[in-house]
Amino acid sequence: MAILGAIRPVLTAGLQGGGLGGYAEDAGWRLEDYAGRGGYAALRKILADKTPPEAVIAEIKASVLRGRGGAGFPTGLKWSFMPRSLPGDKYVVCNTDEGEPGTFKDRDLIRLNPHAVIEGMAIGAYAIGANQGYNYIHGEIWELYQRFEEALAEARAAGFIGQNILGSGFSFELFAHHGYGAYICGEETALLESIEGKKGQPRFKPPFPASFGLFGKPTTINNTETFASIPFLLGMGGEKFLELGKANNGGTKLFSVSGHVNRPGNYEIPLGAPFAQLLELAGGMRGGRKLKAVIPGGSSSPVLPAAVILDATMDYDSISKAGSMLGSGAVIVMDETTCMVRALERLARFYREESCGQCAPCREGTGWLHDVIRRIENGKGRPDDLETLTHVAGNISGRTVCALGDAAAMPVQSFVKHFKDEFLYHIEQKTCLVPKEVQWAGSGFHRMDAP
Amino acid sequence: MTQTTNNAPERPEPDFSGDGFCLSEATRQKFGREVAKYPAGRQRSAVMACLALAQEEIGWLPPEAIEAVADYLGIAPIAALEVATFYNMYDLKPVGRYKLTVCANLPCALSGGVHAAEYLKEKLGVGFNETTPDGKFTLMEGECMGACGDAPVLLVNNRRMCGRMTPEAIDQLLASLEDGA
Repeated sequence: MAILGAIRPVLTAGLQGGGLGGYAEDAGWRLEDYAGRGGYAALRKILADKTPPEAVIAEIKASVLRGRGGAGFPTGLKWSFMPRSLPGDKYVVCNTDEGEPGTFKDRDLIRLNPHAVIEGMAIGAYAIGANQGYNYIHGEIWELYQRFEEALAEARAAGFIGQNILGSGFSFELFAHHGYGAYICGEETALLESIEGKKGQPRFKPPFPASFGLFGKPTTINNTETFASIPFLLGMGGEKFLELGKANNGGTKLFSVSGHVNRPGNYEIPLGAPFAQLLELAGGMRGGRKLKAVIPGGSSSPVLPAAVILDATMDYDSISKAGSMLGSGAVIVMDETTCMVRALERLARFYREESCGQCAPCREGTGWLHDVIRRIENGKGRPDDLETLTHVAGNISGRTVCALGDAAAMPVQSFVKHFKDEFLYHIEQKTCLVPKEVQWAGSGFHRMDAP
Repeated sequence: MTQTTNNAPERPEPDFSGDGFCLSEATRQKFGREVAKYPAGRQRSAVMACLALAQEEIGWLPPEAIEAVADYLGIAPIAALEVATFYNMYDLKPVGRYKLTVCANLPCALSGGVHAAEYLKEKLGVGFNETTPDGKFTLMEGECMGACGDAPVLLVNNRRMCGRMTPEAIDQLLASLEDGA
């Protein structure tokens, strides 16, 4: 993976993109490199000036930085919910449990700019009155968990993390917590349960983490990219950060582009840039084939047909208006070689596997969705199967403790809505509209002679 | 969730004598470092890391290792077991020397993930959740590893991420693992 391109980059400015070589070859991620790019200046300034926490939060509010993990909630507003003056422990938690199909941006931040995340968390702790924090890192990226641990050790040695930071009297201890394979832990309260050493099953809300979070204490949780944006935002000022993007959608954002493009990878572009521009950055369509559909914000966001996405710009409001969600910025591109039934079957399997089992509608419903889609894909579809799918999806939506149920239902509803003909063809003809060998060729995987 | 069958290799029996701690002193010290990350009295938080370390030492998680972790942390064995069964990177049955977990989710599938898995099945002569007769390789189907841009991707022994797994790259990887690299 790598950061392969950018338009007016902020978070990835001055970084070497990281190639396919081993992580050992990565350069520019160490503390001295980050400091050379102006890193830790924002934290230094806040501590030296004794900037009131309210002023820090006001700056973030002015920037309209919206949560980069998927929900797009304004970060400044979230931080203002913390009962800062309440005595006792408070926590700041970073969500690097990136496991939504299509999303792979946070791993590159941890890999290539880990100190931006550390500085952002330290500033967050200062602003919300926390003295301890955790970064929860996705189980499958062990090598990058180690990278973050190494960066943390550097930050501790340099006095940016620990007791009495830079002689300011402010203390902040930060640790990394390694996940071990559970998508649900990307849900913030499941993540907190997981840090507490339990099964990652989401909690009922309210109470929200700001009042009852980690170990029952007030807690603020943000995504990795959100924290990484903080030092840059404060460095340039909230207004300027906002202007990088567009109204109500401040800043630049990392987009993970995967699927049928020539150069899958991470790209940093201003919010509000046209989708077509992002596609061009990613090298255009693989083999020059025609765009069929795009999932714009990770597997949980509704799919959009080519004509709709080509008219959209990449920001929360535009994608929402187009009928989907910007989510985590995971753009899954599908060309005309894609069988939409097969594509949905892959997604449905994921939600079935990853449902935590706590709520019956999701636990049972995700299995139903997958079974029905699989039988359509396998040529055993029944005439009323689309009705069954819509019915089951509708009975999951809004009936579960967390959003995983909705996330499982939304792809089904949108695939069936936009590509109904293809599903009907599958059911009636017992076969795929797109021949298997065409799908195979589209995947770019060339098969050698049998081993 | 996933179950492993057949052909798992013989491994040295863990030492279940003594104080019931069947893991090495080095692992016990690593446990200590994990516990230190959490506030006093919150040592349960280290259960995930300790189980992972135990699995790293033994190759999988036998009930005795789960109990040893629970004992070390002062929590009920069931509290450790429910964590071990919930998170899908823990192996509750023996696996081969190299566990290969392939992602065949949508973004990977669009770039050959499913085909990479089929190629591996063919080449190793095993299906998902099976181990080769020589006990060397176990093949698993994983869920999103957050590396879709490098598709097809697979994970070796939970730790090493390998991307762009074309047939040539798979051949190379298997050959290097055969050589014990």
